[in-house]
Amino acid sequence: MKADPRYFKMNIRESLADEHLQTVLRKACDEVLVKRAQIVAEMPHWQQLRDAASRIKAHVMANLDTYLLQLERNLTANGVKVHWARDTEEARNEILEIARKHNVWTAVKSKSMTSEEVGLNAFLEERKIRPVETDLGEYIQQLSGEPPFHIVTPAMHRSRQDVGRIFAEKLGVPYTEDPESLTRIAREKLRDAFLTAEMGITGANFAVAETGTIVIVENEGNARLTTTAPKVHVALLGIEKVIPTLQDLRVFLNLLSISSTAQRLPCYVNLIRSPRREGEHEGPEEVHVVLLDNGRTEILDDDEMVSALHCIRCGACLNVCPIFQRVGGHAYGWVYQGPIGSVLTPLYRGLNVGYQLPFASSLCGACSEICPVKIDIHHLLLVLRNRIHHNLSDWWLERTAFRLWAFGSSRPRFYRFAERLLRLFLRLFVPHAKELPVPVWSKTRAFPRPARRSFHRRWRRLAKELENERPRTGEHSGDL
Amino acid sequence: MKVWLFIPCLVDQFYPEVGEGMARILTRLGFELEYPAAQTCCGQPAFNSGYFDEAAVVAEHFLDVFRDAPLVVGPSGSCISMVRIFYRQLKFKKYTPQEVAEIGGRFYEFSEFLVKKMGITDVGAHFEGRVTYHAACHLLRELGVRNEPLELLKHVRGLEFVPMKDAEACCGFGGTFSVKYPLLSTSMGEYKVRQALAVNADYVVMNDVSCMMHLQGIIDRQNLPLRALHIVHVLSGLMPPSARGSGS
Repeated sequence: MKADPRYFKMNIRESLADEHLQTVLRKACDEVLVKRAQIVAEMPHWQQLRDAASRIKAHVMANLDTYLLQLERNLTANGVKVHWARDTEEARNEILEIARKHNVWTAVKSKSMTSEEVGLNAFLEERKIRPVETDLGEYIQQLSGEPPFHIVTPAMHRSRQDVGRIFAEKLGVPYTEDPESLTRIAREKLRDAFLTAEMGITGANFAVAETGTIVIVENEGNARLTTTAPKVHVALLGIEKVIPTLQDLRVFLNLLSISSTAQRLPCYVNLIRSPRREGEHEGPEEVHVVLLDNGRTEILDDDEMVSALHCIRCGACLNVCPIFQRVGGHAYGWVYQGPIGSVLTPLYRGLNVGYQLPFASSLCGACSEICPVKIDIHHLLLVLRNRIHHNLSDWWLERTAFRLWAFGSSRPRFYRFAERLLRLFLRLFVPHAKELPVPVWSKTRAFPRPARRSFHRRWRRLAKELENERPRTGEHSGDL
Repeated sequence: MKVWLFIPCLVDQFYPEVGEGMARILTRLGFELEYPAAQTCCGQPAFNSGYFDEAAVVAEHFLDVFRDAPLVVGPSGSCISMVRIFYRQLKFKKYTPQEVAEIGGRFYEFSEFLVKKMGITDVGAHFEGRVTYHAACHLLRELGVRNEPLELLKHVRGLEFVPMKDAEACCGFGGTFSVKYPLLSTSMGEYKVRQALAVNADYVVMNDVSCMMHLQGIIDRQNLPLRALHIVHVLSGLMPPSARGSGS
């Protein structure tokens, strides 16, 4: 499995041949989908919530500059230090500088896909700063040396036996596959990290402009510890995470927790406004917020694609996607997987890197149907397909074929002539074949022979026959 | 009431009995039919592959053919979606977006037309067998047609209906996806077929011949005791010829 979107086609062969992966992945997706569907069925206003979320996001994107400045103003007023990062490098360096200033040796991290986006862990390790992932799934992935498999459930492809083996091998503990014992082991190991770390690094699910509040949603309490135990807290977030008010948060919290982990509400919602104030007993001495662009403003200017920025990273489109259910997260080769990943990777990394992904969809639309903020994901994939054809030149053969097809299919007489020619050809050369050998298709599927006479050729006789069959006084014979 | 027939290219070339069955049912119900002979294809193959300009050339011809139709019915959820939904994304020379939307609005998928538009759920059909239903993606999610085909199946005498797991999951055809990602496409089709076999269905029925061709291709290759059918096959009693070599 290569961590490169250009190897997608090769990666999926590996996934499809991996029976263990197929079994674990299908079960994991099914479980969360079934639970989610049960909760949604009990929510009479689910569609209105989705509409509201979609409206809020569209409004934010149309006024992003205003809300970002408001956010910066309010964060600063609360005593939080705001940093702007244009790209990966600036984001890493801002964080490194803060770490250096505070002599950081160990940084605890709660789950953050944005930090994966900028490759923060490897960058810090090279500079002798030890990042410790504290979300259980992320911790498992870090121990096994793999990137997260899924934006919400990073170790989704691991059975508890897998986790038992990883813990035994990497932590030197006796093998167990009991989930509670495994969690206890992780908890003990992580407690040490929390107590020794000089810095806590998190992402954020939302940033409220009106109040200058960073919102982190989680289930394990590790984000709460990450943001309170070390003396410095750094939150790295994409600029699209801003929402106008705390009122808006109510809409998103429901949608996010139900869509991501099939819970009515998450276990913890951390609302962070400031560093420790005078007289307070806990909390970090400094809070930093790094606002990352990294290609987002380009998408913002792209009318056809801007809705991709609405994504709240719930992962529902991954779980429901028949492609993801088979290829798994690693095959996509970058941090964002599944249908939304197939949109984001070509946009963030370039069409020449992500060019295979938009075609890896049957356009079934299950992603768009489930998306809590109503991103029309499969339509975005279609538009990307079109752009890829326009921008990359190595598609000339296919384009020529479709040009010929378009020529023939827009000229009925030519079309019918070609149809006859094809049938003549088949009668002459393969008179008895029941199926036709079609490249690629026929390897796994039979391809039918065309009918001897097309509907077009049958119609005249059929029409006469039907004329006699028509009921004279049928109930629909008059104009309705 | 006058109805124009839209016979998608796959139906026209591979499964003309679906077109014929639809025409017979509509006639029996008292509709007056018109088949515009200049029709070819709606342009979907190119569009789904991302060739919008090429699709628009064919779509422009398609609109020329159907522009004056009072009402059009076709036996395919995905082709009707193309005209009604996806045409909005194409640039036409002769037609304004309003005209495209207006013409598209007169297009109905067969079961949608009967049940939703006309309120007909019983076409007087008889069919012996255990049948499960596969909800084709475009019909379900682009057109929002969920229960109409089930209503029609419910009223078929002799038919025993059994629902299958993941009936609304994609069959894996997906146009050129089926040859660009053949392993994925086949894996999805195999899953679908397995679900139908798991409920001991004799037939898996759907509203698109493209899904049907894909699933039947897998069934044939693996010699499975199952048959993929279009809903019109069931409602009209006109079956696809099992051996194409001898012709129909």
